[in-house]
Amino acid sequence: MTAPAPGGLPLAEILVIDWQTLADAVGLGSVYALMAVGIGLVFGVLRLVNFAYGQLVMAGAYALALASERGWPVWAGILLCFAATLALSLAMERLVFRPLRTQSPAVMLVATFAVAFLLQSIALLWFGSLGKIAASLASLNQPVTVGGVDIRKITLVAIAVAAACLIALVALLGRTSVGLHMRAAAIDFRTARLLGVRANRVIGSAVLVSGLLAAIVAIMLTVQTPLVTPEFALRDTIVVLAGVVVGGMNRLLSATLGGFAIGFASGFLGGALPTDQSQYLPSFLFGVVILVLLVRPGGLFTRPGRAAVERV
Amino acid sequence: MADENRQDDGRRPGATLRAAGVARSFAGVRALRGVSLELHRHEVVGLIGPNGAGKSTLVNVLSGFDLPDAGTVELEGREITSWSPHRRGRHGLARTFQHSHAFRSLSVRENVEIAALGVGAGAREARRRAGELLDLLGLSAHEHATAGALSHGDERRLGVARALATRPAFVLMDEPAAGLPESEVPGFEAVVRSVRDEHGAGVLLIDHNMALIMAVCDRIHVLDQGQSLAEGTPGEIRENLDVASAYLGESALVEAESG
Repeated sequence: MTAPAPGGLPLAEILVIDWQTLADAVGLGSVYALMAVGIGLVFGVLRLVNFAYGQLVMAGAYALALASERGWPVWAGILLCFAATLALSLAMERLVFRPLRTQSPAVMLVATFAVAFLLQSIALLWFGSLGKIAASLASLNQPVTVGGVDIRKITLVAIAVAAACLIALVALLGRTSVGLHMRAAAIDFRTARLLGVRANRVIGSAVLVSGLLAAIVAIMLTVQTPLVTPEFALRDTIVVLAGVVVGGMNRLLSATLGGFAIGFASGFLGGALPTDQSQYLPSFLFGVVILVLLVRPGGLFTRPGRAAVERV
Repeated sequence: MADENRQDDGRRPGATLRAAGVARSFAGVRALRGVSLELHRHEVVGLIGPNGAGKSTLVNVLSGFDLPDAGTVELEGREITSWSPHRRGRHGLARTFQHSHAFRSLSVRENVEIAALGVGAGAREARRRAGELLDLLGLSAHEHATAGALSHGDERRLGVARALATRPAFVLMDEPAAGLPESEVPGFEAVVRSVRDEHGAGVLLIDHNMALIMAVCDRIHVLDQGQSLAEGTPGEIRENLDVASAYLGESALVEAESG
């Protein structure tokens, strides 16, 4: 981007770039990468774009907020958060994904929209629109000084946790039978079933892992945004979905990179642009998304013209 | 040594895969008209006939990929006509495909392992079988390559390895040697024999390579226009001139008569 920004100033002059902004951007990118994995895994085995993923994160965030409201210890809140996202994702799989598995992707997508708005409405009914505060991990917002740069602890935690999750995921997919089954099912579900891969087990595993990741994302996001409302993580989900599509939905790696890239871009521009400019950020971001899709419909991080791809 | 791990407990020796009076039509075309066929363990049966004779339809019916309009399929005395392919697989019936169904972006080894895992083998056992079968089929050098990178002939061999990874009592091989260079056919013959002799499986072999069929089959079953034309030992079939005209063509007929 070298074109003049809306104010007529060269972009470089209105951007405030420092190491802290960069670190925060990497942190947000890491969290979005995890969301992208959660969405991409389920897409891989089910061909289902789970729009309700954000509401899983929201449920986890409410669990944290309720625990913090009642003065529970941090570990109990985290446990409740995992319990909430896991229970909800398994229920979603059982009640919605499984019965609709053989339907067209469009039917499944619309169904996840319905689930998303249902969960949002339930949150509104139960907890009201004002929101609750998840404050127990707020201390992670304190900065630490790394090489003369002040970086918030949560940024370091987010990067480390995301890296650990991705390594664990690579090990799961590459070194275990369930992982092998998931990869095979993502390539060719029908043949995988013929070979005895149990569809429900594979789908259940993918949904379970994606639920685990939703809990982790909920913990990270509540540190940055402690106010939990029914719209919590909704905007993040839309941005991540855009990132996943831009990266390339057909492979887990490209989807993850797409999630990271859009998280980084949105964190970087959000931090570097002055407030009166950053309100244009979403429009700018989605403008780029449209541009990328016009040029590379298959995704930014996929090799064009490849017929057979590994989706998980 | 392989015997200890085979899942053949409860399987009677001499057990049989049997098709009885199988008929199947597609949009008015009668692909099979009352075909019966028996395959025992410890034997290789060739299934030959011109294109369109119904060979693949019969294999599809036997393996559960197609339902017959009439007739039954029995596995070891149990009627399995309406069983799913996977259920048949768990009960010792495996097949290979004309078109590769390999997971192209998984490694060759993983492709074999997943077939073993699918019939209930543990992870370690699956790894062991994969190593053994890749050795048997001469694919060890490619074990870490992705299946999509294999040559056509190697892809066929991978299909055979995958079928054998389920430790089947019966294997249906649909043109497993197509695409193999002529020089590799004898090696493939040895593979088929070892499946019969060492694994004790019954093999139904469809192939157009008559040299291979004649060399490895104990019996040969000839199909023409959806009907059984002849059945017998390779020697008997070679002498059957009806077969020669239906399958080998006029030139072979002349050769057979003059030779």
